[in-house]
Amino acid sequence: MKKDIVLCGVGGDGIVSVAKIISDAALNMGLNLKQSEIHGMSQRGGSVFSHLRLSSEPIFADVIPEGQADIILSSEPMEALRYLPWLAKDGWIITNNEPFVNIANYPDMEKVNAELAKIKNVVSFNANEIAKVVKARSNMVLLGATVPYLGIELAKVEEAINHIFGNKGAEVVEQNMKALHAGYEQAKK
Amino acid sequence: MEKLLLLGDEAIAQGFIDAGGSAINSYPGTPSTQITEYVMKSKQAREQGVIANWCANEKTALEASIGVAYAGKRAMTCMKHVGLNVCGDPFMNAAIIGTKGVLVVVADDPSMFSSQDEQDSRYYGHWAMIPMLEPSNQQEAYDMVHFGFELSEKLGTPVLYRIPTRLAHSRAGVVRKPVRPQNELTEPADAKSFVLLPANAKRLYRELIDKQPAFTKSSEESGFNKYIPGENKKLGIITTGIAYNYLMENFKDGHCPYPVVKITQYPLPYDMLNKLYDEVDEILVLEDGQPFVEEHIKGFLGKGKKVMGRLDETIRRDGELNAEKVAKALGMKMDAGFSVPEVVTNRPPALCQGCPHVDSYNALNAVMANHKGGKVFGDIGCYTLGFNMGAINTTVCMGASITMAKGASEVGIFPAVAVIGDGTFGHSGLTGLMDCVNENANVVVMILDNDITAMTGGQPSSAHNKIRRICEGLGVAPEHIRDIVPLPKNHEENVRIIEEEVNYNGVSVIIPHRTCIVELKKHMKK
Repeated sequence: MKKDIVLCGVGGDGIVSVAKIISDAALNMGLNLKQSEIHGMSQRGGSVFSHLRLSSEPIFADVIPEGQADIILSSEPMEALRYLPWLAKDGWIITNNEPFVNIANYPDMEKVNAELAKIKNVVSFNANEIAKVVKARSNMVLLGATVPYLGIELAKVEEAINHIFGNKGAEVVEQNMKALHAGYEQAKK
Repeated sequence: MEKLLLLGDEAIAQGFIDAGGSAINSYPGTPSTQITEYVMKSKQAREQGVIANWCANEKTALEASIGVAYAGKRAMTCMKHVGLNVCGDPFMNAAIIGTKGVLVVVADDPSMFSSQDEQDSRYYGHWAMIPMLEPSNQQEAYDMVHFGFELSEKLGTPVLYRIPTRLAHSRAGVVRKPVRPQNELTEPADAKSFVLLPANAKRLYRELIDKQPAFTKSSEESGFNKYIPGENKKLGIITTGIAYNYLMENFKDGHCPYPVVKITQYPLPYDMLNKLYDEVDEILVLEDGQPFVEEHIKGFLGKGKKVMGRLDETIRRDGELNAEKVAKALGMKMDAGFSVPEVVTNRPPALCQGCPHVDSYNALNAVMANHKGGKVFGDIGCYTLGFNMGAINTTVCMGASITMAKGASEVGIFPAVAVIGDGTFGHSGLTGLMDCVNENANVVVMILDNDITAMTGGQPSSAHNKIRRICEGLGVAPEHIRDIVPLPKNHEENVRIIEEEVNYNGVSVIIPHRTCIVELKKHMKK
């Protein structure tokens, strides 16, 4: 098993923390993993990304070579496009389609959607709306939508959520589970 | 032992705690910050009585480590690459002393993700003539802290420990070793070695020269450097640190057909490199940094077998290394990805919504608009992003705002305004401000006080709660130290105050004080 995942979004939106949950599940399954991220100046409202590599074989580089990512998981539609050079030809994009506009020259959404439509495998939906309904964070909804393409069973991801959020109380765990399941259902549509 | 999922930085920190380290004294700087933070948060470190401090700057931090070593205990000081410039003095002299039990951990930043240059710390280690370690992965990062202290204590030398951004900020599973006890408090075996009077220093420098063969012997024999045979002798490859991973990424079966010398310990292993040179037709050097090894192998005249790498730009000289660049150098094809669609626009980092610096810069910009010849000398921190607001003209190095403003004002620039954060002021601003006072320079120094060192994630600021008193103590006239609160509602008043101080002929300090918005949110959550 090998999955190379690019997680991306805008500094401070919490998408990179999703990597932690997937990592926890992968570690429990005895997979090798490497997860790299960038701290410092780039974090301040700029474009951010993390590379997560899972494999049953040894992993060498900390970063995914271009053209090899199985999944781009993005909290923002334009950011998903920014990391396209990493996507394998048959890879999947799972992205929030709600734009985060903190720059003056944000492109026309129709053009962004048109570019996304050129990619073979795309799951694009408004994760913010679903998050509002289940009263949870959109990044957990996006995680749920990624699970069918992850090669990791939903139950293993649930275990990881229990493990990571367990000390914050049952309510927090429950909220995250709801968001996870809502995203999971969305991806199957 | 248990397997932990750790950043390269955290692996070093856990290594320090497990290797019987007594004190870690550092200054925050991306990508090194998480090492010291991890030790500070570690319950195990607390239980073992490990001391963990943020110091005023890298120089004071490393000097504290030399003090720890004087007392016979194990010390570590961590910093980003440019921090090594700041502590160049104690660094070079710690080498002369032959300081035992000191690791100097330096995180380099190839591709400048959060830095102003790409300097490669290995040149410093070579210059100081001390052993260096450059782990290739998180497990080695952990193991090499144990090894580094053994090396340091056995051979009587500080050890430079170099990592690049990608290792610092990438997680992988790490298996721990048993915990070693800390050293006992002892007197130095050679009491004179810590007194660098010329008579002692001459002897010690000779001793450092005489230790070199032992350093090289360790590089040959420790097992960290490896000669890996290969059947295709047309090319020999030398990798340093994480460059090995970028090489192997190109061979899915985990077998490279060319002979490889994998280097993670310096001085360079002479015998291994000679063996490679004799066996192959040409040599390719892969380094995540400047062409340090390549320069050594090639020599000034570049005679002998062809040596390729970053010097001859077989691989671009600037920017971090990656698997794609290695593939290209090897003439291998990789699957090309998609290109970035034209519709994608830049999303550069920016000051946060509600950041106090924005209000300070809005007021300053309003004042400077009326003074066409004026210049604003900036510094290092979040507020460097004021460049995107057209608010600053320069950013060079920690503390240079005040001193550059002084120099520029003395030869005719008016008004000369310096903008520096509270953290950077504590790091390197005080001495510059004293220069200004001593010459009665016509400068306005704005010390943006947000209560913390924000850029690196909210470490305490060394000048916290005493900026006014420091300025008074350095001799700035109390009536020209002005406190303002950077908020939109105070804009007019702040503009007036800055304008008044611009028109005062002498040293003025303005302290816009409001807590960092990120820090404030953190506290509200608690």
